[in-house]
Amino acid sequence: MSHPTASSTEQPPTAAASRPFDVQRLRQDFPILARQVHGQELAYLDNAATTQKPQAVLDAERDYYTTMNSNIHRGVHTLSIEATQAHEHARRVVQRFINAASDKEIIFTRGTTEAINLIAQSYVRPMLQPRDEVLITHMEHHSNIVPWQIICEQAGAILRVAPVTDSGEVDMEQFKAMLSSRTRVVSVVHVSNTLGTVNPIERIIEAARQVDAAVVIDGAQATAHAAVDVQELDCDFYAISGHKMYAPTGIGVLYGKQSILERMQPYQGGGDMIRSVTFEKTTYNDLPYKFEAGTPNIAGAIGLRAAIDYINSVGLSAIASYETELLQYAEQALASVPGLKFIGTPAHRAGAISFTLEGMHPHDIGTVLDSEAVAIRTGHHCTQPLMERFGIPATARLSVALYNTREEVDRLVRGLHRAGELLGV
Amino acid sequence: MNELHDMYQELVLDHSKSPCNHHELESATHQAEGYNPFCGDRVKVYLLIEDGAIRDVAFTGEGCAICTASASMMTQAVRNMNSGDAEAAFDRFHDLLTDHAGTIEDGELDDLGDLASLVSVRRFPIRVKCATLPWHTLKAALHGDGEPVSTE
Ligand SMILES: Cc1ncc(COP(=O)(O)O)c(C=O)c1O
Repeated sequence: MSHPTASSTEQPPTAAASRPFDVQRLRQDFPILARQVHGQELAYLDNAATTQKPQAVLDAERDYYTTMNSNIHRGVHTLSIEATQAHEHARRVVQRFINAASDKEIIFTRGTTEAINLIAQSYVRPMLQPRDEVLITHMEHHSNIVPWQIICEQAGAILRVAPVTDSGEVDMEQFKAMLSSRTRVVSVVHVSNTLGTVNPIERIIEAARQVDAAVVIDGAQATAHAAVDVQELDCDFYAISGHKMYAPTGIGVLYGKQSILERMQPYQGGGDMIRSVTFEKTTYNDLPYKFEAGTPNIAGAIGLRAAIDYINSVGLSAIASYETELLQYAEQALASVPGLKFIGTPAHRAGAISFTLEGMHPHDIGTVLDSEAVAIRTGHHCTQPLMERFGIPATARLSVALYNTREEVDRLVRGLHRAGELLGV
Repeated sequence: MNELHDMYQELVLDHSKSPCNHHELESATHQAEGYNPFCGDRVKVYLLIEDGAIRDVAFTGEGCAICTASASMMTQAVRNMNSGDAEAAFDRFHDLLTDHAGTIEDGELDDLGDLASLVSVRRFPIRVKCATLPWHTLKAALHGDGEPVSTE
């Protein structure tokens, strides 16, 4: 992985863990894992909803508020200068984390949802003509459906949806067949929050290039599980939520290619995004500030920086191989549960496994598991069209992070057996 | 742990597995749809109302055990009630479920019939909506405004 920008002075992240992957030691870094629920140790298997935060992230936020809290980009006093530096340092850490060409390409947002809305409103909406097309897939999260619906309706454009196969993968033949000269944008989830499917976004991006469509990747579920290199991918936009990668809530990232961001209209108007304002004319600030109106989530950005440092200290490839092995273990263990049906059996999986149990509603399963302090998510996971595709109202989903263990998976499986006994199936 | 057994007691599970009046009602004069976006429970309630009284009642939909059992018991309970009595029954059931800590006097639940078996749901506040969704839907059907109701 090359890092072509020499603009920052910080050390590049260490490529791999210097120590062997020791999950028990890593668990100590997450204070919440010590808490009890209903008198039992918490087994937190709902990481696709949000991950827990390591002490280093909690400390970074606290440090910011206790030592340098002030507003950024405006004061000449010491605190403001320090806070500004910490905030911009966080931007460069994000830049290197996804290997963006420049820190101007890193826009801080509240999360993936805001990032996608920003693209839809500031980039796509102004160019969208009647009968133009936006292409998504049937496995998208609502936040990668609704922003496109809104602008398609406004512009008289058409939202097209590439089908998903029974195994929970994008039907690539159909996907390619739906691309045409009318396709303005292709927006696809990198890793499905519901199915765990890792989509072949390299092929998707390449296919979209053939018809000159812009490509947006919803990376909300990807960045905690595998290294992302936006230059190698050559996508136009990539959206990230900090809270799904050990950072606080309320901070996320929109990556966009500089050449495109420069041509885009601002998203919101206000302070920080302007160079000068008169009542006659306002000139906008340079990238990335043009898209960051108002006082940003400074502590959140610093927390995100700490989360990335933490991930790098463990090593993403070590995390990925540990989690992959854990998910395989979980798949095998779950397969022994009577009446269990996997929803999605993709060839490439990261993060999550969804399933249903015959004769039991996921909601009841969730309540039984909670009584055993096993936290999973049950419901439609903000992917209602996908639920309809599989003809089910909801699934039960476990989703892992670097701190999960085989024992926790075993507890989940025992809880499912217990649900069967209790609910009399 | 016992609370879990209380919530999923046999009568509740019986109703959820073999619900009563679980079908469409072609002769319905009133109907409404209810949805709980939190968990995906969905019910449709059909009423045949003649001279102000509920002559027939049925429901369709997919829900969790609590929602399905509650819908089933509700269709038993409100048959032949007039709409005012049905709403009063809902109010009572609702109050019972949302009073998470209150104690229940002996005999207090006798007139509720099978519905009394759902009272343990109040120990699981997050699940109360599952039990009340069919009732909210019934109320919407009675008022006949045709808008789907949502628990959110
Ligand atoms: C695949 C996917 N996309 C988008 C989002 C939205 O992320 P956020 O709520 O952090 O904006 C999520 C979060 O659940 C997700 O899983």
